[in-house]
Formats: sequence, C-alpha cells, structure tokens
Amino acid sequence: MQKPIALTNNKKSIRLPVDKILPFLIPIIVILFWQVSSSLGWLSSSVLPSPMAVVQDGIKLTQSGELPKNLSISLYRATVGLLIGGGVGFILGFINGMSNTCRLLFDSSIQMFRNIPHLALIPLIILWLGINESAKISLVAIGTMFPVYINTFHGIRSVDPDLIEMGKSYELSRSQMFFKIIFPAALPQILVGIRYALGVMWTTLIVAETISASSGIGYMANNAEDFVDMETVILCIVVYAVLGKISDLVAKSFESLLLEWQNTGRSNV
Amino acid sequence: MNNNSMITIKNVNKTYDNLTALHDVNLDIKQGEFIALVGMSGGGKSTLLRLIAGLEKPTTGTVDINETETKSLMRVMFQEDRLLPWMSVLDNLSFGSKDKNTKAHAQELLELVELGDYVDHFPNQLSGGQKQRVALARALMSHPKILLLDEPLGALDALTRRKMQDLILDICQKQNLTTILVTHDVEEAARMADRIIVMKDSTNSYEEDCPKNRNAGQIGIVADRVLGEILEEPTLQKQTA
Ligand SMILES: Nc1ncnc2c1ncn2[C@@H]1O[C@H](COP(=O)(O)OP(=O)(O)O)[C@@H](O)[C@H]1O
Ligand SMILES: [Mg+2]
Repeated sequence: MQKPIALTNNKKSIRLPVDKILPFLIPIIVILFWQVSSSLGWLSSSVLPSPMAVVQDGIKLTQSGELPKNLSISLYRATVGLLIGGGVGFILGFINGMSNTCRLLFDSSIQMFRNIPHLALIPLIILWLGINESAKISLVAIGTMFPVYINTFHGIRSVDPDLIEMGKSYELSRSQMFFKIIFPAALPQILVGIRYALGVMWTTLIVAETISASSGIGYMANNAEDFVDMETVILCIVVYAVLGKISDLVAKSFESLLLEWQNTGRSNV
Repeated sequence: MNNNSMITIKNVNKTYDNLTALHDVNLDIKQGEFIALVGMSGGGKSTLLRLIAGLEKPTTGTVDINETETKSLMRVMFQEDRLLPWMSVLDNLSFGSKDKNTKAHAQELLELVELGDYVDHFPNQLSGGQKQRVALARALMSHPKILLLDEPLGALDALTRRKMQDLILDICQKQNLTTILVTHDVEEAARMADRIIVMKDSTNSYEEDCPKNRNAGQIGIVADRVLGEILEEPTLQKQTA
C-alpha cells in the first residue's frame, strides 16, 4: 500500500514520484558503479563481466532460443511443484486444523519430517527417480508443502472463537462454517505461507537444477561454469533474481486483491 | 408456567469441572418482557444467557422456549461486535440468510440504526458505536422473537451508550421482542428493564419490578436498591427502601 506522506496537496504532487523512484535508487547506483568500474578496467572481466556484456549475452541467448527454452522448463517445474506441494500442504493443514483426531494422528509425524532439510533428500530422490522431471518437481513439492501446511494449520486453528460461536448461533452447517468464517479468517495466514513457499520454490529449483539436470536455468548456469562463461553465469543469477521478484509481486498483488478489507482500516484500529 | 411465558428455566445447574457456574436457577420470562440480568462479574450471567441461546446445555434442569417456530427465533449480541471483518456492512447483515428480499431488508434496518450510508463500508472503517449498531441490525435481520444481549454496550462511551439504550428500547417495544439484557450497569438496567434480576452466588437471588413510565428519580431509586442487593450493603438498602 502506498502511504500518503504529504501533508498538503501541492507537496503531494512533488513527493509522490519520489516514493516510486526510491526503491530503484540503490539497484541503479550499483549497476552504474559496476558498469563504470568495468569500463575503467578496475574490474577484470574474468572476475565480473560488465552489465553491458551480461545484457549482450542475454540477447544472444534469447535469439538462439536457449534462454527461453531453459526459462520455460524452469517455470514449468516451479509451477507444477508448487501446485502439488501447496495443494498437499493446504489439504493437510485443512484436515489437521479442522479435526482433532487428524491433528493427533498426523501433526507430530509431519513436524518430524519437516525438520529434515528437504535439500538433504536430493541424493535419495536422484537414486529413486533419476534426473528426470519428477525428481525436480518432487523436490519443489516437498519444499513448498511445509510452509503452506504450517500456515494453513495455524491460520485455521487461530480463528477467533467468538466468530465461530457467532456462526454456531446462526446454525451454520459445517461447510458453511468453513467457507463463510474459517477460510476467510485464515486466508491472510495461508497467503503468508504461499509467499514463503514461493521463496522456497526458487531456492529448491536452483539447487536441484544445478546438481542434476540437463535443462533449466540452473543447468544453464552450471553448464556455463564448465566453459568459464562468466556472462551466462551472471545472467542466470540475474534471471533468478528477477523471477523471485516477479513471483513476490504476483503474491503481493494477489494478497491486496483478496485482503482488500485489511487495507481499508482507519488509523485508530 | 403460565400461558404467555416465553422462556421457562427450571432447576438449572451448570458446572464446569468442579466450578459451579449456575446453581438451581428458576426463572419464568413472559412474552414481550424486557429482563435485565445484573450482578458481580463471574456471577453466571453470561452462562445463563448462553444456555438460553442453546450455545451450551445445562448440566441438570431444563430451559424451555415456548415457541413452535424455532428457526431464527433467537439472536444474540455480545460486547464484541463479532462482525466479519472481510465482509461489508451489507454482507454482514445478509450473512446466513438466503431470502430474496434480504438486501432491501438490510437497507431498511441500517436506516433504522442510522447507518443507511454505510452499506459498503468494512467494519474496520467504523467506530465502536457504529459497529455495535451494525451488530444490532444484524441481530434483527431474521425477525427474531427473542433478543439476547450480553453487555452489548459495555465498551461504548457514556453518550453513545445512552443513545444506543434508547434505540434498543425503542426497537424492542415496537417489535414486541422478548429481551434479556446482561449488564454490569444497574443504572442501565433500571432505565431499560421491566424486571431486574440479580445474579449472585450462581443463582438468581433477588428481583425487582420496575415502574412503568419511570422518571429519572425513580430510576435512581431502583438502581440504588439493586446495587445495594448486589453489594449486600444494608445501609444503602435502608436509605433507598
Ligand atoms: N467455558 C467455561 N469453562 C469454565 N468455566 C467457565 C466457562 N464459562 C464460564 N465459566 C465460569 O463460570 C462462572 C460464571 O461465568 P459467567 O457466566 O461468564 O459470569 P458473568 O457473565 O456473570 O461475569 C465464572 O467463574 C467463569 O469463570
Ligand atoms: Mg459475562
């Protein structure tokens, strides 16, 4: 949410653009400094190629079709992994949040499994599934499942009991209770879990693709490393940064769309 | 039990583990009557209200509602507004009803509580008093016959409180509602109720009928006497008796 910082109208018209520019200031300065350092020869291109060189490499790889191909395969793995992991996490969080029996049955086992760093499973998963798509997708799914599970579970558990009692006095059925009260009340927390899962999704995919893949952005970076292709290595890192930022923006706009009511508050609440 | 009694409470006990919340409560509430339940905090007022509302069951004894049509017969209103923060004022009112005329009816009730211009607002855009008025309108949506109020005005400032008292009283009289108001404010009880019931030591220990068309002086006298009962101060009782 944009905060109105100006006190008077004429000040507002001057200040608002500053608000928009400010977040970009540091990245722009860093890139300029980087470019100048490279141009002046302070930075050897074997240590760090110039931004221009990276951009040129990006254009070349886009024209050859290599970048779009690897990008789309990475996006595919990320999305499918997230859908599976997020879906399973949501369902587990839902049943454990709604039913005490399920919680007693599943929760402690899930918590135990959660304490294993999922990246430690890479060797096992490669042995089981080889280096094909299902290996990478499973890793992403395992990694994204837990944040969605934990947050769905806690979101449902911490719904204001007063609101649930209110629903009871309206004689709502169990499904009405869920859709009209519990789910909307838990939604902010669930979305926090999804946003966190998006971060895990990219990290997992980078590691998985770097270790074992024959396609994807992580593979591209790893392959470039073998050929000491510094521009492509940097390009891949930049692509990951941009993908991370985009998914965060998507999640944020999703949140502000679904949680419109949270942004309407007065300052005294 | 006589013919026009609406709620009959017989030998009701309610215990939580080892704690006795209600002990042998007997009460008969007539159709259209406005009852105030007063007493020290922890005296079992809310518990009694929740038993009447059917939100909990008595440990022993019976609570009978003498109405054949039980659907949306009762509505409860609490100190917290319990509005759904993700729904607009209008949607909060329409909540739980599938009627086609819901919208028009909601609009009508919002006009009644003087919030006709706030249909599209979210609860967190309203003041405490406005939220309670929305909660009141929501309680009236299903045309209830019994209105159960658990300190609904407890969190409001004195002026807003006074206006809300008049509004509630007006609505209850016009719609001929049977009303039970839990309050810690004996003055409020004496202003609004037909009959004041003091809850002490987990039971209804004392009751007082209030005069019709009372003036400020009479309200003060009733309030003092009831307060004396609650606090067990004989001097206060003697002075005002
Ligand atoms: N759900 C509950 N579990 C255990 N004890 C309860 C519960 N509800 C109420 N009580 C106890 O019952 C007694 C009466 O409470 P309550 O009816 O809320 O009093 P009041 O509304 O008059 O302040 C209190 O001692 C309270 O702690
Ligand atoms: Mg109470």
